Amino acid sequence: MIEAFRWLIWREMTLALRRKAEVLTTMLFFVIVVSLFPLGIGPEIDTLREIAPGVLWVAALLASMLSLNRLFADDYIDGTLEQLIISSQPLALMVFGKILAHWFLTGLPLVLISPVLGMQLGMDVDSIIILMLTLLVGTPVLSLIGAVGAGLTLGVRGGGVLLSLLILPLYIPVLIFGSGAVESAQAGLGVEGHFSLLGAFFIGSLVLAPLGAAAALRISLD
Amino acid sequence: MLESINLTCVRGDRTLFAGLNFSIQPGEFLHLKGHNGSGKTSLLRILSGLMLQAEGEVRWHGENIRKQRDEFQRELLYLGHLPGIKGDLTALENLRVNNALGGNTVSEDVAWEALGKIGLKGREDLPARVLSQGQQRRVALSRMLVSKAKLWILDEPFTALDVKAVGMLQNVLEGHITNSGMIILTTHQDFSVSNIDVRLLQLGLRGLGEGESGV
Repeated sequence: MIEAFRWLIWREMTLALRRKAEVLTTMLFFVIVVSLFPLGIGPEIDTLREIAPGVLWVAALLASMLSLNRLFADDYIDGTLEQLIISSQPLALMVFGKILAHWFLTGLPLVLISPVLGMQLGMDVDSIIILMLTLLVGTPVLSLIGAVGAGLTLGVRGGGVLLSLLILPLYIPVLIFGSGAVESAQAGLGVEGHFSLLGAFFIGSLVLAPLGAAAALRISLD
Repeated sequence: MLESINLTCVRGDRTLFAGLNFSIQPGEFLHLKGHNGSGKTSLLRILSGLMLQAEGEVRWHGENIRKQRDEFQRELLYLGHLPGIKGDLTALENLRVNNALGGNTVSEDVAWEALGKIGLKGREDLPARVLSQGQQRRVALSRMLVSKAKLWILDEPFTALDVKAVGMLQNVLEGHITNSGMIILTTHQDFSVSNIDVRLLQLGLRGLGEGESGV
């Protein structure tokens, strides 16, 4: 079981390394969307600082959406997904492996590049650290919830748009408490409450999303 | 032993087959026949647990396969229309990762040998996307050479293969039957396996129904 899990992670990582474009697309999308705001709103640093948490979080949300419909689509087309489903390994575990790899390749780069973008929007060091922490807890939730949607919309024509409509409303709580924590930090208030809730979302989705996504995949391939 | 009990398959509002009963014992070879659209692939997908039947059940050693997924799937090798191959991985990597994900880890040497046997000598380290259709098919089929599964369900395994590869594949199938394995296969191509009784299951006679006859 662990052996199969390791092989799955190895495969996802190797494939991503051989097609670097996908990882870079997500990250560049994030950078570009955030960079558009100063251009559109104007260079007043106070305004930018005020909107920074929301802008960064919304951009992170959209960026992680961008790669979601490819999470299972390639495997579906080339037939590796049906092999995964009839493998004797627990499907939920295999799906969890795919989600983990997805976060590692799309979520983690966003966390790592966010300080640069935070500085660009005039954030101070303390809030940037909080921003990174919220993204570190929040982006896995995005991948986890997104996987359920990706499983459900698999093989549906125009699935990409449907996926956004299905998933974006579910991202709202993460957005509220993620950006809320950063705003509180900027205002000098406590962030424990926000983090507790983000943590709860994380643990809840960690337990439920792989099972949900596995069930969704079985339905999609039926 | 795999049993099909009263299987009915409905796609859209069309009944592909209804009340299908048959069983297959260790050492038996079942050739599933039928015209295009008669439900061969659907039947194979139902038997392997990928698709849910409208009625009836599939039993493995007397119990419904959906109640013992792990046990059943450990004994199953299903090779469908889709090769299940990643173009960006090499032939060797594809074989090894597909086996590992199926719960049967094979060493590099074993995988190397299997690819040589199936006629991919010298191509083991090439990305699968540069291989030809037939060669990709061979990579997919090389799993049969290292599989420990008892039940093989093969959907059109001979597609895109040349005469030599088909001959080689027939030997592999014979070997599996001799080792008291079970094979369910569909193909439109002629093939011959010696010393083995091939049972025929014809789908799509008179619209629906089944007829079974030995050859």
